Amino acid sequence: MGELGVGAFSRSRRSRMLRSPRGAVVTSTASTLVVLGAVVAAFLLAPGSRAVRATYFNVHDMWRAFIGDPHEGFYSVGRGLVVNIEMFTIGEVLILVLALLVALVRQSKSPVLFPLRMIAVAYVDFFRGVPLILVILAIGFGLPALYLPVVSSQSAFVYGVLALVLAYSAYVSEVYRAGLNSVPLSQVASARSLGLRPRTAMRHVVLPQAVRTIIPPLLNDFISLQKDTALVAVLGAVIEANRAAEIYSSTVFNYSGYTVAALLFLLLTIPLARFTDHLIARDRTRRLAGAT
Amino acid sequence: MIRPAPRTAAAGTASSGTSQAAATGTALRIEGVHKAFGANRVLKGVDLAVDTHQVICLIGASGSGKSTLLRCVDLLETIDAGRVVFFGHDVTSPAVDEILVRRQMGMVFQSFNLFPHLRVLRNITLAPVKALGMTVADAGEEAMALLARFGLADKAHDYPDRLSGGQQQRVAIVRALAMHPKLMLLDEVTSALDPELVGEVLDVIRELAAGGMTMLIATHEMGFARETATRVVFLEDGVIVEEGPPSQVLDAPRDERTKRFLGRVLSAGRM
Repeated sequence: MGELGVGAFSRSRRSRMLRSPRGAVVTSTASTLVVLGAVVAAFLLAPGSRAVRATYFNVHDMWRAFIGDPHEGFYSVGRGLVVNIEMFTIGEVLILVLALLVALVRQSKSPVLFPLRMIAVAYVDFFRGVPLILVILAIGFGLPALYLPVVSSQSAFVYGVLALVLAYSAYVSEVYRAGLNSVPLSQVASARSLGLRPRTAMRHVVLPQAVRTIIPPLLNDFISLQKDTALVAVLGAVIEANRAAEIYSSTVFNYSGYTVAALLFLLLTIPLARFTDHLIARDRTRRLAGAT
Repeated sequence: MIRPAPRTAAAGTASSGTSQAAATGTALRIEGVHKAFGANRVLKGVDLAVDTHQVICLIGASGSGKSTLLRCVDLLETIDAGRVVFFGHDVTSPAVDEILVRRQMGMVFQSFNLFPHLRVLRNITLAPVKALGMTVADAGEEAMALLARFGLADKAHDYPDRLSGGQQQRVAIVRALAMHPKLMLLDEVTSALDPELVGEVLDVIRELAAGGMTMLIATHEMGFARETATRVVFLEDGVIVEEGPPSQVLDAPRDERTKRFLGRVLSAGRM
């Protein structure tokens, strides 16, 4: 034993309590209640609490904004959300295709494609750098002002989706590119050594592996896209959830419609966020298991 | 110009080596090949001929240029000078479609490089289907026969990560064989394996050698080279220092550099 007495390596009582399963549950519940209580208390005790609650959390107004009333001149925030869902489902499909094309052009090495490569780089730089709201304004009001056939005669909905697709494809193409670069060169070498053409190797060897790794970051971008569909409200003509709330607030002078819109967006994005976490965790487990 | 040879049963099947015996001659001739990566000159004028049905083992320290030489033969690297002549065709000429050449050579890598997202069977049939235009059914049947021959039939529907290293490497060899190569290039195929798994992979190569497969093998397995190789080629610093039958190069080396290398291998207990 030497100079090490009994209990030389014992944990403190407190540390032992925290480490027991029951202790951990008790502790985490207590700390959650304390934090939540403090937040709620601060909200309720704030000098302007009553006014804020009446303006943003009025249950009556929240319900009226949610169902809408055409006779009073305002639209349903709930029905507006359906428009948001339409925008991002159509948008997501188009983004997946356009972003992949941009990424493949940027990854290409053929000298013939050099001009396309330059366009792809400029496109990504531009749309990643310009705030989305400016893109929506430029396309939603700019394209109709050109008086071009077809291009200038679309609905605001189409312009909104187009702006979202252009802006998000720039981001998503970078996600694709990261995925393509994450596939080891040895995979490419072995596909080439089997006599596969570069296009076949890309389609059957590189791309499937790349897509697997980028699903979580891709879903992350789609969570952003879901809520960014609300920005299309600036065009005025697309009555999506945010625009419906805006109309409600300017008609009734109560902001509870925005609260409804916010809650509805959370209802959409939180499940997708949890699903993304689940995929990341699964991927991590699989990779750690594969490493042994 | 090289064209895919008509794949008759006799010329194609690696299993029936004796049927290839009719066509003897030079399978591969490497002439004055130079290759540098930036300032790093890896190959400095390599000349080597491989006759059909010969097994040539390349030995040498890591960095001596063995892998690079194999990659140059498979046209995965563009050589700086020299020629690679494959069955009489200068395949390093710009007029040659290297993809058609690679379809006639099988390459197996140290790190297996199986496609992790595809099941074993699909790993093997991908190239025959996509490159040679075989039907999925025909390619599948042939792949199953090859898997059965090497004791891997029960792994056909597993993903590669479910297999041991030895099994993965055997699948990689089967995948190369499925293209009916006229030449196999093996790049230190046992170096990434746990010692107890080396034997099963070497057994596969021995069987191919017995079947008459022409092979160029970079290896550190001196015992295997001694027993299987037609000739052993010792490479150092990008040049061939010594080559000859295994008994000569491994047991009675003439060059000082060969003696030094083999001395080091011996003291590492790898002989």
